[in-house]
Amino acid sequence: MSTLLDNLDLFTTGFKNTVILFVVSGLFALILGTIVGAMRVSPVPALRAFGTLYVNVIRNTPLTLVLFFFALGYPKLGLPEIDFMTAATIGLSLYTATYVAEVLRSGINTVPVGQAEAARAIGLPFTQTLTLVILPQAFRSVLPPLFSVLIALLKNTTVAAGFSVAEAGAIRANLSERGYPAMEGLLWVALFFVILVLILAQLQRYFEKKWKVAR
Amino acid sequence: MSSVLYDAPGRKARTRHLVLGVVGTLVILAILGFIVWRFAETGQFSAAKWKIFTFPLVQRTLLNAVGATLSAFAVAAVGSLVLGIVLAIGRLSDRVWVSRPFHWFTELFRAIPVLILMMMIYYGLPPLFGVNWPPFVAVVVALILYNGSVLAEVFRAGIEALPKGQREAGFAIGMRKSQVMQSILLPQAVRSMLPVIISQLVVTLKDTALGFIVTYNEILFQAKYFGSQAQYGSPIVPAAIVAGVLYVGMCLILSGLAKFAESRLRRSPRVSGGRKGTAMVAAQDAAAQI
Repeated sequence: MSTLLDNLDLFTTGFKNTVILFVVSGLFALILGTIVGAMRVSPVPALRAFGTLYVNVIRNTPLTLVLFFFALGYPKLGLPEIDFMTAATIGLSLYTATYVAEVLRSGINTVPVGQAEAARAIGLPFTQTLTLVILPQAFRSVLPPLFSVLIALLKNTTVAAGFSVAEAGAIRANLSERGYPAMEGLLWVALFFVILVLILAQLQRYFEKKWKVAR
Repeated sequence: MSSVLYDAPGRKARTRHLVLGVVGTLVILAILGFIVWRFAETGQFSAAKWKIFTFPLVQRTLLNAVGATLSAFAVAAVGSLVLGIVLAIGRLSDRVWVSRPFHWFTELFRAIPVLILMMMIYYGLPPLFGVNWPPFVAVVVALILYNGSVLAEVFRAGIEALPKGQREAGFAIGMRKSQVMQSILLPQAVRSMLPVIISQLVVTLKDTALGFIVTYNEILFQAKYFGSQAQYGSPIVPAAIVAGVLYVGMCLILSGLAKFAESRLRRSPRVSGGRKGTAMVAAQDAAAQI
């Protein structure tokens, strides 16, 4: 207990950064993922191909390598400097967006064919069919897998700790500098993650109930 | 190519798609071109920065690093499959005092980030027991605990999705519970969930890269080492490209296996649960814990 109370500053900054990373990159990942998912089902072959390429390459790259590139490689490219936090946000968003895109694409497939046919029958073009009819239903039916992607993103934020971002995963290194046992600190970190995941799971249950569709 | 989302394009639509396609391609090529231009401008493609990767010793070290990644993956994959089956069976037990602890175990290890688990095993445990173990142990054990718990849920979902008649038929011909599980339920569940299981294994392969942070001597660790050699111009970007090619290559081979397994399953009408069943597997597959 004293490990937690004596180092409350470390824990609060750590988890504050974790939550910021999670919320910001989650938001960007959802937006980018929806765009890429729409590209992958669009009638334009070139856009389909680029969407597939992006998803296949990034999904087969470890997140550690993506962050490695943004933290260590990016500064060598002579572009405007960004701090580690921004770099981690970009890396996490680009990585998670591929998973969001895949989940949405599989969700689009679960929407009954009649819905799209009805939309086309009343003359809606592709963009309206997608945004007004298909996507709202797809979002509801993929809520559980979408939340597992978000939970995974929350846990993945710890990887950023390996690249000098002062978030929850970095608490251990700072604790051992101050001479506190590593195990106790890590157990606290793990406990807080379990709590955060439980909150997300609760949120999922709430939205599932709220957006339940009768089919 | 036509889809339910849009009609087969007519003359006007085809022109519009062509225009959109050209514009989209130009925008994306511009982005890619900008990145390549930045790479070239800062000399990332210069021979001097790549020279270090031409030495046989460096290549051999990288090959050893690939071996280290693959050996960690192999042990973790086998271990997590076994743990997954054990946890799934435990959780499906009829006795509450057996299934409850198994449930907690899976939920707990699914909620803790793998990296935190690795740190616990590598930095946290040794001082408590007064022993030291190599980072390999930390990487493998953490991956087994996490992926085993995820796979347990996959197996359980597979078993519960089977028609009830399968279990009942087993009991009707006088099999015991363990026999029903072993020879009727598990084989079918594993077959129908094979795509999800393999994509979880791809995740395991990718997660071995986390070993980099607990100083396990794998691909990324070596890449950083070579990338920071100042006498060769700190070729960190070339090193990242090399590591990326190695990882993407290995994962594509595994993903290819997943596609192959899926196409084999499509051919067999016995296991596919119709459109809904495959849609469920696809959704789970897409959401495979990252």
